[in-house]
Amino acid sequence: MGKILKLIGQRLAIGLLVLWIVSLIIFAGLEFLPGDLAQEILGQSATPESLAAFRKELGLDQPMHTRYLGWLGGALKGDFGVSLANQREISELIGIRFANTIFLAVLAAIISVPIALTLGILAALYRNSLYDRMVNILTLSSISFPEFFIAYILIYIFSVNLDIFPSLANVSADTPLWERIYTCLLPALTLTLVVVAHMMRMTRASIINLLASPYIEMANLKGMKKARVILYHALPNALAPIINVVAINLAYLIVGVVIVEVVFVYPGLGQLIVDSVQKRDMPVVQACSLIFAGTYVLLNLTADILSIITNPRMLYPK
Amino acid sequence: MTTEEKTDSELLLEIKGLRIEGQTDDVWVQIVKGVDVTLNRGEILGLIGESGAGKSTIGLAAMGYAQPGCRISAGEIFFDGVDLRDLRHRERRAMRGIKIAYVAQSAAASFNPAHKLIDQFSETPVQHGVNTREEADADGIDLFTRLQMPNPDTIGFRYPHQVSGGQLQRAMTAMALSCRPDLIIFDEPTTALDVTTQIEVLVTIRDIVEQFNTAAIYITHDLAVVAQMADKITVLRYGEVVEEAATRLMLSDPQENYTKSLWAVRSFRKTADVPDLEPVPLCKVENVDAAYGDVPVLHDITFEIHKGYTVAIVGESGSGKSTAARVITGLLPPKQGQVFYKGEALPPDYRRRTKDQLRQVQMIYQMADTALNPRQRIRDIIGRPLTFYLGMKGKKKEARIRELLNMIELEPNDFIGRFPGELSGGQKQRLCIARALAAEPEFIICDEVTSALDQLVAEGILRLLDRLQQELSLAYMFITHDLATVRAIADRVIVMLQGKIVEQGSKLSVFSPPHHEYTELLLSSVPEMDPDWLDRTLEERKHLSIKSAGQ
Amino acid sequence: MTQQTSTIGESTDAAPPPVYKTSRFKTAMRELKKAPLSAKFGLLIIILYVIAALFAPVFAPFGESEIVGTEYEPWGDKFFLGTDNLGRDMLSRLLYGARNTVGIAFVTTLFAFLIGGVAGIFAAILGGWADQVLSRAIDILMAIPQLIFALLLLTIFGTSIPVLIGIIAVLDSTRVFRLARSVSLNVVVMDYVEVARLRGERLGWITIKEVLPNIMPPLVAEFGLRFCFVFLLISGLSFLGLGLQPPTADWGSMVRDNATLITYGDITPLLPAAAIALLTVGTNFVVDWFLHKTSGLK
Repeated sequence: MGKILKLIGQRLAIGLLVLWIVSLIIFAGLEFLPGDLAQEILGQSATPESLAAFRKELGLDQPMHTRYLGWLGGALKGDFGVSLANQREISELIGIRFANTIFLAVLAAIISVPIALTLGILAALYRNSLYDRMVNILTLSSISFPEFFIAYILIYIFSVNLDIFPSLANVSADTPLWERIYTCLLPALTLTLVVVAHMMRMTRASIINLLASPYIEMANLKGMKKARVILYHALPNALAPIINVVAINLAYLIVGVVIVEVVFVYPGLGQLIVDSVQKRDMPVVQACSLIFAGTYVLLNLTADILSIITNPRMLYPK
Repeated sequence: MTTEEKTDSELLLEIKGLRIEGQTDDVWVQIVKGVDVTLNRGEILGLIGESGAGKSTIGLAAMGYAQPGCRISAGEIFFDGVDLRDLRHRERRAMRGIKIAYVAQSAAASFNPAHKLIDQFSETPVQHGVNTREEADADGIDLFTRLQMPNPDTIGFRYPHQVSGGQLQRAMTAMALSCRPDLIIFDEPTTALDVTTQIEVLVTIRDIVEQFNTAAIYITHDLAVVAQMADKITVLRYGEVVEEAATRLMLSDPQENYTKSLWAVRSFRKTADVPDLEPVPLCKVENVDAAYGDVPVLHDITFEIHKGYTVAIVGESGSGKSTAARVITGLLPPKQGQVFYKGEALPPDYRRRTKDQLRQVQMIYQMADTALNPRQRIRDIIGRPLTFYLGMKGKKKEARIRELLNMIELEPNDFIGRFPGELSGGQKQRLCIARALAAEPEFIICDEVTSALDQLVAEGILRLLDRLQQELSLAYMFITHDLATVRAIADRVIVMLQGKIVEQGSKLSVFSPPHHEYTELLLSSVPEMDPDWLDRTLEERKHLSIKSAGQ
Repeated sequence: MTQQTSTIGESTDAAPPPVYKTSRFKTAMRELKKAPLSAKFGLLIIILYVIAALFAPVFAPFGESEIVGTEYEPWGDKFFLGTDNLGRDMLSRLLYGARNTVGIAFVTTLFAFLIGGVAGIFAAILGGWADQVLSRAIDILMAIPQLIFALLLLTIFGTSIPVLIGIIAVLDSTRVFRLARSVSLNVVVMDYVEVARLRGERLGWITIKEVLPNIMPPLVAEFGLRFCFVFLLISGLSFLGLGLQPPTADWGSMVRDNATLITYGDITPLLPAAAIALLTVGTNFVVDWFLHKTSGLK
């Protein structure tokens, strides 16, 4: 057991290191801006005196590492500074939007994960059947579609023609849960369609890989029933690859949400980052990037650790 | 074993006109072309043939099973009077594990990594309803004991990756026995093992089959092994039966030319006398210690190789024999010690060596397949060292390439434009020899050059190397685990164990007693074609152990 | 004596069946005939797109950013697919869009392969610390989601075409690096590479003559996949208004500019999106077939 704790500890340490370097990269972004933050805020017409004063106020006269530590320290406490566009506290802007984004991603995950795993495992079990080939063509097409294409097709069908779902996913903090789910269904469905195809193909590939192992053939030669071969022999070994597939796709969901949020004008973090990029509102972009990257790193880390603890070779060392 | 009377000679398995097809590129190709097999209760049949002969496929077909991508297209498989092909899938499944069991070549891959050995042992009897779980577990411990596994009471509660290869192979044999089947298929059960482990597994398999009067099909490519195990032998080639007969008869009086040629394999002996020793050795390894990272592999290795000599380095896997070659070629700079070539110290790292130093030490590899770039034509493969080392170009180069092809007995016009993929295994290995010769070296390292080849082809390669040595007075460093090869070609022998040289000297002195203890073990573990060899060896070992216990 | 034994030796040593010495073109045509319907369909699409991209000015009835009518004119004789939000001909812009969107995605993918491919192969051949440094750097770059990283960099460097190509190429080269490195690692451990090293060959020879020819099939397949990915990413950025800038005709921004029409039940804005989807579908079908062919089975 000590070995496994050590391994997990190592992964955690690496994850933290990666997060730290990511924060460095994101922070360094600001340094490359032509001019500096004060110039950006006050504009070209500002006098040198007012610029200098404002720099001092923002702490821009400090050396870079002091500013980085200040920024990182703030970020860790949830304080990302103020937006350039509207001078509001960034943490205020982000808080509710991040929750919205997570809600949408979780909703999509709840729909997509069971569907994708079932379809993927079935496709692997009935490999090269008509079903498998159909699914292959369908998923290949589906991963080829840009998210906004799927989104607009869904809008065209369900809100323009059938008029059963709204084309705008407008939620606020006090929207009740059921209404929230109802309004979010089209965006969630869009994400589902994109992510199911990926997840299903990866699941199919890893299960096929597994079923080709000699120990599965051995189980067949021992006369085991198909159900037992799958449940007792294949499944325990399939956990690690499947967990990996799910985690990768969940990470993808969090990011893929950006375009879907824009299409449905959903008040999430993706919408915010796109708006801020257009306004070149650097501190907000930094804050959003850090949150997205952090979530992404954490999900991948979780997958890593889960696949360690589901691997019998790791669980029961020599 | 063959001397024992078989009390029960009732027919157990009868395969008639078996045809099996395999799918390649959407086309079905016949891999087994009308094979007949008969087997009585308690009898052991050896299926022997070279790779691609279809022996494993036939073995699986005896269970009514075809691997994915294969199908049984014709024939009858009567097991205990019932044609397995007529049965429903469910009925066939119900026989597997109970009536017919299977022991796979790689036990390490065939045990499920997620479950304990005892769980996998008891699965067959419990799932088939033969035993309760408690009975099955108890029986498992009993069988582990009988198979002489260490700690039989507890070893079952380990996971496969916690147990060594030899033990896993025994555990798999135990698993096959768990329902006391009428027939067990052994598919190359010892091929992946070292010789010293192989002999132990062979003994247990033979004893256990005898104890339970189980019939068995023993599949192998190793004649000497099958001679120990089988009552009768069927020789296969290209999916067809060449010849079948009782073991002793088959060994003493083979009828077919192909069988005779298989039997004749081990006859080659190097004939020429060794040349006079030159005062300075061609290659000298002095007090070398080497390690991969922090793992020490070689300890204080010293040996010399003289011009015109063949020095064989023998040892089991992990003994460090290939590492010694890597030190000489400069791929693995030693921690300590030095390598000398013609009295001059070679830089430890090959990247620091001059073109001429690199040219003088050439290497031939075990797997000719991976030693030849599949995207280069033969002309380019042999031509590159000519250009690179000797600056040859144009007509001169072309003429030399043809000359080299002639030396390795490949017709230049036919072969010069081919890709390696258009050659057979033996031809590829010849090509590797030609590439080494193109550099005009005096010293060639041969790393297991014949062990991936079928026996007759290997024989051809050995003869070729021998002829080239006489014509060009080459020195070979011959790395091998196969003592028959050593006997055939070596002048001097170095025996290695766990990174140390345990014995070295002329072939005669190493191969004749008194031996070093390990050399003795190694020598006596190599199966011989004599069907009595296993019994005799066991007898001798018993004496030895009594003697050493007495000391 | 040696001659005689060698003939016995060869007798058990069957060479593989002779390869028919036909031209590469003929072999390719024969394979193509056997290809599944989906792959043929994919090839046809790719060919059509290439033609459209090359000859856009010939086929297009109007100029790329020429305002020729009123806003949002319906489909008709003069404007086959109607006009867009500024009164430009939709069909003409679709054709020019093939040139711009596909062209830029293709160039970006090429750069990504140049950077990632070369670095990946070098990392595999050199091994040791060079490999460690490169691989760890790539790990960290890949720890940031690609779209987010692109957004961050676009904010910093602005949105011009060279910047866009540069950013996406560098970001995508990380994926190419991983693949190139891993397939090269399989080749680098081959004995023939060791033979070349021990012969004293230089890095250039080993890369070009020994490694590259043996990793072409997976690289070609990956090129198709990466192209799809880059194409979708650039279209996505353009859709967000952060990719190709107006008045350049580009499928992603065409969808965005005309999206309002959908709420009125007009599918015109879906056409550029469908154009994107069709090309990626086609490419994916061809790649799928190619992978199937080169990897035996999957």
